[in-house]
Amino acid sequence: MTDQTDRVHSVTKEDTAYWSANLRLIILSLVIWALVSFGFGILLRPMLSGIEIGGSDLGFWFAQQGSILVFLVIIFFYAWRMNQIDRQHGVEED
Amino acid sequence: MDQFTLNLLFVGASFALYIGIAIWARAGSTSEFYAAGRGVHPVTNGMATAADWMSAASFISMAGLIAFTGYDNSSFLMGWTGGYVLLALLLAPYLRKFGKFTVSEFIGDRFYSSTARMVAVICLLVASITYVIGQMQGVGIAFGRFLEIDAFWGLLIGACVVFAYAVFGGMKGVTYTQVAQYCVLITAYTIPAIFISLQLTGNPVPALGLFGEHAGSGEPLLQKLDGLVTDLGFNEYTAHHGDTFNMMLFTLSLMIGTAGLPHVIMRFFTVPRVSDARWSAGWTLVFIALLYLTAPAVGAMARLNITEMMWPDGTQGEAVSVQTIAEDPNYDWMATWQKTGLLDWEDKNGDGKIQYYNDASEEMQERAEAAGWEGNELTNFNRDILVLANPEIANLPGWVIGLVAAGGLAAALSTAAGLLLAISSAVSHDLLKGQLTPNMSESSELLAARISMAAAIVVAVILGLNPPGFAAQTVALAFGLAAASIFPALMMGIFSKRINNTGAVAGMLAGLITTLVYIFLHKGWFFIPDTNMFTDDNPLLGTIKSTSFGAVGAAINFGMAYIVSSMTKETPQEIKDLVESVRTPRGAGMAVDH
Repeated sequence: MTDQTDRVHSVTKEDTAYWSANLRLIILSLVIWALVSFGFGILLRPMLSGIEIGGSDLGFWFAQQGSILVFLVIIFFYAWRMNQIDRQHGVEED
Repeated sequence: MDQFTLNLLFVGASFALYIGIAIWARAGSTSEFYAAGRGVHPVTNGMATAADWMSAASFISMAGLIAFTGYDNSSFLMGWTGGYVLLALLLAPYLRKFGKFTVSEFIGDRFYSSTARMVAVICLLVASITYVIGQMQGVGIAFGRFLEIDAFWGLLIGACVVFAYAVFGGMKGVTYTQVAQYCVLITAYTIPAIFISLQLTGNPVPALGLFGEHAGSGEPLLQKLDGLVTDLGFNEYTAHHGDTFNMMLFTLSLMIGTAGLPHVIMRFFTVPRVSDARWSAGWTLVFIALLYLTAPAVGAMARLNITEMMWPDGTQGEAVSVQTIAEDPNYDWMATWQKTGLLDWEDKNGDGKIQYYNDASEEMQERAEAAGWEGNELTNFNRDILVLANPEIANLPGWVIGLVAAGGLAAALSTAAGLLLAISSAVSHDLLKGQLTPNMSESSELLAARISMAAAIVVAVILGLNPPGFAAQTVALAFGLAAASIFPALMMGIFSKRINNTGAVAGMLAGLITTLVYIFLHKGWFFIPDTNMFTDDNPLLGTIKSTSFGAVGAAINFGMAYIVSSMTKETPQEIKDLVESVRTPRGAGMAVDH
């Protein structure tokens, strides 16, 4: 680990690995983010219309409730996983 | 106790609470004024951010927007919450690591250009000022309706309360007041919803009641509602009617716009650590979701209640009579709201009944002709009154109405304070300290911040009293600007080392100008009526409405910044180092003092 007080930052191999791990996690999260809202909630709704939920269909549920619940899971999962990745790469805060 | 006294009691008690907090949390330094000393716990910050974000539009208007359109307006639900995913993953932790006070400061430092900083300041000021006008109008309406006093005095009282905790407390005072305001607004929103859900479905959780069974008929609630509204010639509630591409683009624009609104982003500067910024975005969405999961239930249930009240014998029977509206205490709310000019009815064919139906529908023509109807007789139902009138429509006790009054005011005031803080920090920190008088001492910067906050409140009151006729349309403008200029600049600043000063400025201006021009082409140049060349029903590009253009503007910004950057000089090494340091949480404490 580099000196905590060192303000000048040089790019190490470890930093590159940390950043690509972060990018992979972001891309995975955003794919799910888009799938539940733009996918299930709007574009794919006709395909899901066979699955009934309380007087309407699964697509309607995703548009009005489901996507919000999935967004919550995504943010908390990202925060939990990133804190792990921070520690694995030794870049966590003091 | 009469209704007026109850309303006064609830509003008065909530205001006393806010003032008490203001006295307790007084800001002593610029760090406390701009960022609450960076000592706010992520859960507390999440609650405050939720109150900051949920404005009069979320509290008062959103359920009405959904109630009268149905599925197609799900864009608001997904858009205004999905933006937090972008914020949590793409912006908040890095901007917290950067450790400065304003959004424009990051843009100025990262793109080593005071021009970039000034473009960001202008976008921020335009977006925040247009947004604050709407909040002030909301304060005026709530006072006028519930305390029966003139909008002028209502606004003045509201402004004095905001002045007390925002000018003296800065971000610190605003944060803790917003926590109290969140508690008031969420209680006020959910209690009537729980009552109504119990009445209609027997389920105390409105979000579940929405997909439950209608107690009166045993049918699923949504199916019942679909049947009622289609009987009257309206669009089926749960079906998709608009253009799919535009709906997706509109949702995306709201998401990017949410993530780019400066008064929301700056909340994440207040938490102690980078990992707290990640958690805090999650907590913010938890507190927002409590209202947003309830809103579609409030909308659908209110639409059902109103339709059944207008057709007490069912949609195939007789409509409600003028006499019933005048005499039955269950219909008292109609007379109360008629006085505000936001609700009206007229017995056009003189049959003593008020027929509420869609007179533009082809299928209704036959029945209307046979029955001698001469058009829809519920002539005006402003969708903004839905949430405020809801407890009265459902015949709930008087204290619930008082609570809703206090909740509406809490939603408007908390957002107004957050916006005023964004405006004052842009003026004192970015314009004065950053440009005009860089050698200003901390105490004079703090004074300047307070004076610019006070000035912003005065401007907001004046604009709130004399709202420009285009106030409603300018909300689209605020989101468009945030989406097309601020969000892409921040994101590229973090995720690409290649984007340089020229590229960033070119990108921001391109996104800004195309979005402005597209909105003006459809809404009129500078919103002057009749100067528009296109309408949102028949837009310039395909099916893209002007309110959905923010995402296109953002794409133009990204593209332009990339092209110009690849043709001009590479970013200097120290900027690449800055980007590297923003990307790793290590040493976040170091960046605080500067």
